[in-house]
Amino acid sequence: MLILDCPYCGVKAEETELQAGGEAHLKRYGPGSSDEEFDGYMFMRKNPKGVHFERWRHAYGCGKWFLAARCTATLEVFGTYPAQTSAPPADLQAKIKSKRPNWEGYK
Amino acid sequence: MSITRAMKRYSAFAIAREAMSYHQNWEEAWRSPAPKPKYDVVIVGAGGHGLATAYYLGKNYGITNVAVIEKGWLGGGNTGRNTTIIRSNYLQDPSAAIYEKARSLFEDLSQDLNYNVMFSPRGLLMLAQTHHEVRGYRRTVYANNLQGVATEWIEPKRVKELVPIINLDGPRYPVLGALYQARGGTARHDAVAWGYARACSAMGMDIIQQCEVTGIRSEGGKVVGVNTTKGAIDCGKLGLVAAGHSSVLADMAGFRLPIESLALQALVSEPIKPCMDVVVMANTVHGYMSQSDKGEMVIGGGTDGFNNYTQRGSFHHVEETVRALIETFPMISRLKMLRQWGGIVDMTGDRSPILSKTPVENLFVNCGWGTGGFKAIPGSGWAMAELMARGHSPLTEEFSMYRFREGKFIDESVAAGVAH
Repeated sequence: MLILDCPYCGVKAEETELQAGGEAHLKRYGPGSSDEEFDGYMFMRKNPKGVHFERWRHAYGCGKWFLAARCTATLEVFGTYPAQTSAPPADLQAKIKSKRPNWEGYK
Repeated sequence: MSITRAMKRYSAFAIAREAMSYHQNWEEAWRSPAPKPKYDVVIVGAGGHGLATAYYLGKNYGITNVAVIEKGWLGGGNTGRNTTIIRSNYLQDPSAAIYEKARSLFEDLSQDLNYNVMFSPRGLLMLAQTHHEVRGYRRTVYANNLQGVATEWIEPKRVKELVPIINLDGPRYPVLGALYQARGGTARHDAVAWGYARACSAMGMDIIQQCEVTGIRSEGGKVVGVNTTKGAIDCGKLGLVAAGHSSVLADMAGFRLPIESLALQALVSEPIKPCMDVVVMANTVHGYMSQSDKGEMVIGGGTDGFNNYTQRGSFHHVEETVRALIETFPMISRLKMLRQWGGIVDMTGDRSPILSKTPVENLFVNCGWGTGGFKAIPGSGWAMAELMARGHSPLTEEFSMYRFREGKFIDESVAAGVAH
């Protein structure tokens, strides 16, 4: 059972009250961008085997979107953080690096 | 089939012959050689799709200097983990073409491979349990008739005749009819992989198990080989046919795919006497069921929502699937679950596969079959072999990885959203 701490309401939420929202920190491209940029943002995904930053919604709790860092190869959760950021917090990245020395870092 | 290596054919006579030596001297079904330094074609992934690709490269195009490399064991990924359902009742023309090609190849696959894949065209029903589904499936029947795929719309009375154990008047989702494909059914999933492997080996191809790809080498935008845990292997052309791990391989080659890997689960009940001789899929309530030859009820449901490479799914999905099926089939409520497992499926946004050239020359990808790849194995291999041998195939034209950029989706979310 996947359990994530909601960074807003502080609740330890298990996955039946959460909704997965896919890859986090997507840079959005709209009108005026190239086809390749739009394709990359809209459809292409990193889908890594390992450290993954992703969006979640506390659907049956406070209802808010937040972000999580999780390992897709072991299901280990590294941490959660509010969605109002364009990159993972530095302390979370350091924590992941200490647990996964071979991790290439956030790109 | 052109067989370049001596392979003893399987037959009733062979059983009698081998009985003389107490069945101690059956020859191995395929060789397990060490990799050669170079092949014309290397296929990554010895599941059904990879082996079928290799088989049709040899059979249809005479390309037999081929290696199929596999990080685990042959057919140990989704080929050995699915619920073995075969059907071709999709909506869009490109889907109907490739899935019906696959289904029609299944018809005489056992004879073609000289290996019993136990194809059982027992009939397949997709239940309509909302009025929206009734409209959707009626539309699919019309589309299928235009595509030359034999399906029909049947009323609840006929559903009950075909499936006596069904409860038509469920409180939440009464059965309002069904999309029926009489020549849909099941096959023995392992046997499909084993049969193709044996035929590939007989043509002189090398199947190399426990050989994980660690890197993909290219020069001047052209693929030249792979690095593996058993050393470097050069190749003229490379096919990535690795389902859930396609994104990992694409990353090694330096490009991304429009795919996310999710866990999909299945389970079987304890074996019981024959009670249902068709395949039933109930997409509204997220469940599908058939009875195996051993008597187990084979049950599948929906995927988890989050990216996952662990081949383990969430318990609550099993509960949801079983709860829904008990409403539709009350008699299974007392059955014990025998075992449950998961596989990693590669989902695209439009729920259609990708058979495509890639940004790297001579590197081809066959993935994105998502939750329903088993049924497509022969057609997928047939088309992929044509794509790799000739550079284009009428069956794969619409399934390019660039279709998303061009807005040419092949939307099968209704046909493939849950059903497999």
